[in-house]
Amino acid sequence: MTDKPKFAMYWAASCGGCEIAVLNIHEKILDVDANFDVVFWPVAMDAKYKDVEAMPDGYITMTLFNGGIRNDENEHIAKLLRRKSKILVAFGSCANEGCIPGLANLSKPQEIFDTAYATVSTDNPNGIRPQPKWSAPEGELHIPKFYPVLRTLDQVVPVDYHMPGCPPESHQIAAVVDLVVKALHGEATLPPAGAVIGAGDSTVCDECPRTRNVKTIKQFTRIQDFKPDPKLCLLEQGIVCNGPATRSGCGALCPQVGAQCIGCYGPAEGVVDYGARLMTAVASVIDSTDPKEIDKILNGIPDPAGQFYRFNLAKSLLRASKAAIQG
Amino acid sequence: MAHDFEPTIIGFTCNWCSYRAADMAGLSRMKYPPNIRLIRLMCSGRLDPTFVLKAFAEGADGVFISGCHPGDCHYIEQNYKTIRRYHLLRRTLTQMGIEPERLRLVWASAAEGAHFVEEATKMVEAVRALGPLNWMQDGRPRTNDKGLSASVARSGPSSAQEVTA
Repeated sequence: MTDKPKFAMYWAASCGGCEIAVLNIHEKILDVDANFDVVFWPVAMDAKYKDVEAMPDGYITMTLFNGGIRNDENEHIAKLLRRKSKILVAFGSCANEGCIPGLANLSKPQEIFDTAYATVSTDNPNGIRPQPKWSAPEGELHIPKFYPVLRTLDQVVPVDYHMPGCPPESHQIAAVVDLVVKALHGEATLPPAGAVIGAGDSTVCDECPRTRNVKTIKQFTRIQDFKPDPKLCLLEQGIVCNGPATRSGCGALCPQVGAQCIGCYGPAEGVVDYGARLMTAVASVIDSTDPKEIDKILNGIPDPAGQFYRFNLAKSLLRASKAAIQG
Repeated sequence: MAHDFEPTIIGFTCNWCSYRAADMAGLSRMKYPPNIRLIRLMCSGRLDPTFVLKAFAEGADGVFISGCHPGDCHYIEQNYKTIRRYHLLRRTLTQMGIEPERLRLVWASAAEGAHFVEEATKMVEAVRALGPLNWMQDGRPRTNDKGLSASVARSGPSSAQEVTA
């Protein structure tokens, strides 16, 4: 082991896409290797939790933590890595705002298990369910305890930087790696703690090349139902596009290829509740003053919670549905 | 049990109609339950859904929104935006498990003190019948009614000042 700065990356409740995104920074990954010793990265190398536990506090220079806190193992490692890391980065949408795993906060834990172990698509003839404790001949075995709701990393431990995206775009990761490497050599200063890094400070609309006019919507629709004008703002054409509330930084990739923004870069600067900001934007462009007609137009948004909080539910003001928090 | 429960309701009024309706009710010595804490906005169209979500998340059992009648908005058409946001917000809240009765939109002109009193009373009774909302804090549901009220009282003074100013 050399005396280079130490790097770690961990996944909690996530899909693994963030790890792929880090590897997808192409030759910049060599800079990571040249400037850091990778001391813990379950996806890329073998290491045990006890190795991390044995490190002195603050031993790791920078940890990229992706994934939400869904069970007690996630929480334990979040707290452990917080203690062992100088810089803890909430990396990617899950760690920052819950992302798709956070949508489970709409359901009771029981319903989540029913979907996973007892629906027609599941081959589970004996109805086996995971048991937190199991007595085996070798001794009692435990699996992590499942929490009623998923929490974001900063709801569990203090976080130094937030890097949004599902996953963060590779050019943004590369820029952050560059910055940290420069800071380590004293050629740059790191942003203040708590900052959002690797993203813009405006909205996706600002980066979107589509033409925008005054919006008046008589009907909400979806891209599979008609052929949108390739040059015109999608929201203007009745497609619920999350651009107005979403942080810039991705380069408006989705709207440029004809798909609406789904909001993976999280809330734009200054937005308290992502869904509330979107509801404000989307509702105000409805072209009707008649409550009955308004209600009919709103039928075009069949799943508002999923639409407006697709990535942000766990970080929203309400965080979860009543059913989920009451178990 | 239900008789002991005093709901906490945050009421948003607009400067030009519904706040004056509440004022009218007060001047006329009409009585309505003190459960509604009024916050005056310039217009019901100023009501960001964030305010409603924050109220629920911090312990309110209901949120009462009021403004000028459609067509009478001081800012011409902003209360139409209120209608649209209200309908959309109610749908989202229902998915989150918050009963739609906990959010009520009422129009009241400056002359309709009695109407304001009637609607406010209905709202309080409807929410009382539903029981406490007990929204969570720090990832866990809160179970103590006193804790809920205390939380609202803590964030209360600044808004209370605004209402009486």
